[in-house]
Amino acid sequence: MKFGILIMDGPYQHQASDSAYHFANAAVAKGHEIAGIFFYNDGVNNTTSLMTPPQDDRHISKRWSDFVQKNGIDAIVCIAAAKRRGITDANLIKGARISGLGQLTELGIKADRLVTFGD
Amino acid sequence: MLFTVNKSPFTAGNLKSCLRYVTKESPILLYEDGVYGAMAGTALEPEMKETLKTNRVYALREDLKARGVANTIEGIQLVDYAGFVDLVAEHNICPWI
Amino acid sequence: MGEEQYDEEQSTEVQKKFLFVFKRAPHGTIYPYEGLEVILIMAAYDQVISAVFTDDGVYCLKKGQETAAIGVKEFSITFKVLEQYGVEHLYVDKEALSARGMTEADLVTGVEVVDKETIANVIREQDVVLPF
Repeated sequence: MKFGILIMDGPYQHQASDSAYHFANAAVAKGHEIAGIFFYNDGVNNTTSLMTPPQDDRHISKRWSDFVQKNGIDAIVCIAAAKRRGITDANLIKGARISGLGQLTELGIKADRLVTFGD
Repeated sequence: MLFTVNKSPFTAGNLKSCLRYVTKESPILLYEDGVYGAMAGTALEPEMKETLKTNRVYALREDLKARGVANTIEGIQLVDYAGFVDLVAEHNICPWI
Repeated sequence: MGEEQYDEEQSTEVQKKFLFVFKRAPHGTIYPYEGLEVILIMAAYDQVISAVFTDDGVYCLKKGQETAAIGVKEFSITFKVLEQYGVEHLYVDKEALSARGMTEADLVTGVEVVDKETIANVIREQDVVLPF
């Protein structure tokens, strides 16, 4: 089955990004396809390469970057939300791309399920 | 239609409002702080037991464990993330977050 | 990435039912505003779009909002014109509205105040539900 994932909240403050990550991993482990991950609202903050968490904590943006590259998943960061929050191509994690909100609709159409994680 | 709830029922109205819309065949999954709604011995237990008469209720094992909730209401089924994925594969999802 | 571009032609042949659930009040958080932004973009895709307003989401539709003094956009007026964008229904939960001391007369025009059973049925019919 094709899953789409929408992440609407930022890293560390809420569990949303962690939940989405564990869900996405479990889906891939079960042989499902992730048709795309869309980062919206504060969710775009999950995609900054500038975060430097303490070494004993999970590195949320690196984790997403590794995951989407390893599995060839389209990771889309909403351009309007990214601009508001200072996320640009210069500080975007590898494996993600900045694009328009229309991509969320495309993902909703393309995926069999669109699963939203947020606060 | 699978309803998912991620807030504690003691601080947010998500679970309560979700229960207004669930129909008989709709399973409910509690995750993140939503799993506090699955704990036994709370003021909410009678309502959850009432819900269990008509609906399947699931709680995410990883989130229960993280919060030290070992004693859950009888009839609530525990699932891990793989089970969460299975539920979403079986049903369309209505995230009541 | 870039190698996995969507095929717009193919995608738009599919018509799905999308439901936007507004459960949060406006201005306190950006969620309802961002939900509206998604609707406005999605309207160009020839999908079946509806919205439900329940819980504090009913406040999004309240008449008389003036946001200039807090420096944020007033967007309740945009809900009024959604019909022109092909959004078929804006359902408002009757009990959520009355619990907040309001009636249909307190809301912007073009909405349908309905009972929870109607909303339950609407939810059940959807392909995609997006919470805001």
